Amino acid sequence: MASAAQWTPLARDNVHDPASPALRMLQEPGQALAPLPRDTAGNQVDWMRALNEGKIAPRAKLNADAPVRLREDDILLNLRGGTPIVRFPHRSHTQWLDCSNCHEHIFKSKIGANRLSMLAILQGEQCGVCHGAVSFPLTECARCHNTPRSPAPRVAK
Amino acid sequence: MSPWRGLILAAALAAPSSLLAEYGDVVINQRSDAAGERPVVFPHWFHRIRFQCRVCHHELGFKMRAGSNDVLMADIAEGKFCGMCHNDEIAWGAERCDLCHSGKPGLPSRIYGGHQTSGPGRW
Repeated sequence: MASAAQWTPLARDNVHDPASPALRMLQEPGQALAPLPRDTAGNQVDWMRALNEGKIAPRAKLNADAPVRLREDDILLNLRGGTPIVRFPHRSHTQWLDCSNCHEHIFKSKIGANRLSMLAILQGEQCGVCHGAVSFPLTECARCHNTPRSPAPRVAK
Repeated sequence: MSPWRGLILAAALAAPSSLLAEYGDVVINQRSDAAGERPVVFPHWFHRIRFQCRVCHHELGFKMRAGSNDVLMADIAEGKFCGMCHNDEIAWGAERCDLCHSGKPGLPSRIYGGHQTSGPGRW
């Protein structure tokens, strides 16, 4: 298990006011996060494993009639780029998010209708709305660019 | 550069970072400074252990862009936005000012993070 020292205490996170009386009551990140499955990037928690292994059980809705829609398919992206193909898993995204969080404003549902750009993503648009802020950061290239292209044809001798 | 300074620099670069800031904290300071309150700190890590993203970003209507949600204390008292849970039933109520208004005075509204890319440029 990770040591709680790997997470900056609230009083030294440069966000909380060390003089705030709340610091005596608020939960410390190390206490909450150290027991969860580890990651090597971001806030050092593998949130998908935490969810799938039942280490956390976040509520899906407050209102009983709110829809919870899970979608299981994968979408292949970046088919003509130079980097490996992106296999986007709808499942892991819809375990957290509603369809309307991405569709139709960030991404159109129609296959091929979205012009994705790493520049835009790095500036906090498209995938970068979450990745790099609350989901694994953009330095983890191979987690999205995860599907090799078929090998290039051999040069004839 | 003196040999000592070079050694210290090399050690600093080589040392594994023992303090890794958790990221995803949103500071909300549209009105707090002006009202003489500390800015609000919203920790994503704390809330996502308990609620899926869709609860706040779909049911409660929080847009996924720090600074784009104009939340008044009156809204919270009426049970909107944070007030859907911060109502003394699911979580502490709006009278516990200090517990949310716990940020450093003067911090601008945005998402704060500590990972390798320092966060998307737009924030």
